Amino acid sequence: MDDMKQIVLTYVKNEYLEDEEEELTYDTPLISGGIVDSFSMVSLKRFLENKYKISIPDDKATPEAFDSVNKIVTLVQSFLK
Amino acid sequence: MHHFGSYEDRVKSFDWKISEKELEYQPGNVINIGWYCTDRICEMGKANKTALLWEGQGVPDRKYTYNDIRLASNTIGAYLRSLGIGAGDRVCLFMDKIPELYLGFLGVVKIGAIAQPLFSAFGDESLFIRLDDARTKAIITQRKHALKVRKILAQMPYLEHVIIVDHDGKKELKEREKPFSLDNATPVEHLEIHPTTAESPSVLHYTSGTTGKPKGVQHVHYSLISQYLTAKWVLDLRDDDIYWCTADPGWVTGTSYGIIAPFALGVTQCVQDVGFSAENWYRFIEKNKVTVWYSAPTAIRSLMKAGDEIVKKFTLTSLRHLASVGEPLNAEAVHWSNRVFGLPFHDTYWQTETGSIMITNFPGMKVKAGSMGRAFPGIESCVLDLKTYEPITEPGRIGLIAFKPGWPAMMRTYWNNPETYKNKFKNGWYLPGDRSSIDKEGYFWFAGRDDDIINTAGHLVSPFEVESALLEHQAVAESAVVAKPDEVNMEVVKAFVTLKRGFDAGPDLELDIMNFIRKRLSPLAMPQEIEYVASLPKTRSGKIMRRLLRAKEWGEEIGDTSTLEND
Repeated sequence: MDDMKQIVLTYVKNEYLEDEEEELTYDTPLISGGIVDSFSMVSLKRFLENKYKISIPDDKATPEAFDSVNKIVTLVQSFLK
Repeated sequence: MHHFGSYEDRVKSFDWKISEKELEYQPGNVINIGWYCTDRICEMGKANKTALLWEGQGVPDRKYTYNDIRLASNTIGAYLRSLGIGAGDRVCLFMDKIPELYLGFLGVVKIGAIAQPLFSAFGDESLFIRLDDARTKAIITQRKHALKVRKILAQMPYLEHVIIVDHDGKKELKEREKPFSLDNATPVEHLEIHPTTAESPSVLHYTSGTTGKPKGVQHVHYSLISQYLTAKWVLDLRDDDIYWCTADPGWVTGTSYGIIAPFALGVTQCVQDVGFSAENWYRFIEKNKVTVWYSAPTAIRSLMKAGDEIVKKFTLTSLRHLASVGEPLNAEAVHWSNRVFGLPFHDTYWQTETGSIMITNFPGMKVKAGSMGRAFPGIESCVLDLKTYEPITEPGRIGLIAFKPGWPAMMRTYWNNPETYKNKFKNGWYLPGDRSSIDKEGYFWFAGRDDDIINTAGHLVSPFEVESALLEHQAVAESAVVAKPDEVNMEVVKAFVTLKRGFDAGPDLELDIMNFIRKRLSPLAMPQEIEYVASLPKTRSGKIMRRLLRAKEWGEEIGDTSTLEND
């Protein structure tokens, strides 16, 4: 799980963070914090689906479920079980 | 009682002089949007009235009075002048919704320069195309967005100044970069306002076209006359209102009704610069006691998706008038807002080129849910036959929306592109590019675009621009981009691509292409779906037939295919 957290955090940092000095933690608000917008969320969802060979239904891919690395990992884990 | 009153009475007695009189403007006089939005309000005795309430992510809230915004815009204007920037120079505002964006806009127009606001999520390619077309002399931006400017700076010798408003001194500035901080600058009490007149250029907004590069829509200072009166009558703004326009000033709504109109009316407005969430939005309304809320269908549908229960957690009784713009507002959204807020959203129809609201459901009148409403008084409008371009008189028949030119906020030209501007007119009518019908009571009912432009979340995306960018991806041989229906955004971008030899179609490549477009153009332009195809449908002359691909996405008849090759 920690490994997954780090992978997702690194991906978000590399792909979506414009200010390289901005701090990003596992709990940093991504959607409500304006780091990932609703359009970009589609690419983040696609990354998770490709990486973990899962399919996240649209009704589960909500802004709330994607709002932090921790929340994303919880969501992904629920599909891996 | 609403400002607007009776539609029939307003139409009968309408004259733009109503607005001129209220603004104490005489034809031929100086008219400067920056002065009207700040100095004039102070001279009216409202210097200590709150002009702007700002909330950002993880930083303290900010509050500015009208005197504060007068001084801040003076200070920015004086600084720009000290750099040699003057009347007619293009100054790009490339920032998130931070106070400097609003204050910078006013400072730019005060010195007679042309404000060129651009959406801060644009990637370097989108930014370059627009700066290059405008031959922009200076860009005002933030540290994080300056990184995109650096990537393209070498290609722009005309861009003399890259002004960074949040430089913290930690990293060295690069070529042409200059720090400017409003907090550290000495406030400028007196700034000589450039004596702009009615036809002096004020704002240059870029909008997408079906073919070719984005077009710079040029507005003038006289646009204030339309923007002021439409905000007063349609948004029903009053002196004691707390107004929230959710649009980003990178787009026309965010400038016409997020800067110019509310400030010219001396209203208190609030701005939130955080990401979207239903909770954030409702909390913001509750905190600021927002009375008038101007938003967009995509946001409204996202709020609907978040459910009714969350609304009950907040006290939203301050709201008294709601309006929407960007794409057609579906009837369900109107019914929903009536149910949860006790107020309907009023649809407004206009576009970058029109500069101000053209068609709307007016306050105090019955809202026809799903209809765009009726034409603003003084706007001569109709729908034209699709083939003959003659006005249709029969109610309910679909035609091209058309306006008789002459309202104050009408664009004056496309920057460097008078030919395309000329092509927007038929038989003396301006055509915004949308289809509609008109019912017997004069209400317009939207029927769709008349071209291939994609309207996603109220923003126009050019398929041509996305197709061109796709071809720059190493794996893509050919591409076609169309709109795909979407429950929340109305439309999203879908791309059909053929691949070059040696590349495997698969989900990893799809993600790579999506991210490539997102960073190069913008998240809005990123295809939400990519379909790999062996070949694209083309005419015998080799032109890609987007129409066929679009029809497939929308489950429509594909129509005439007589020009299709190999059919």
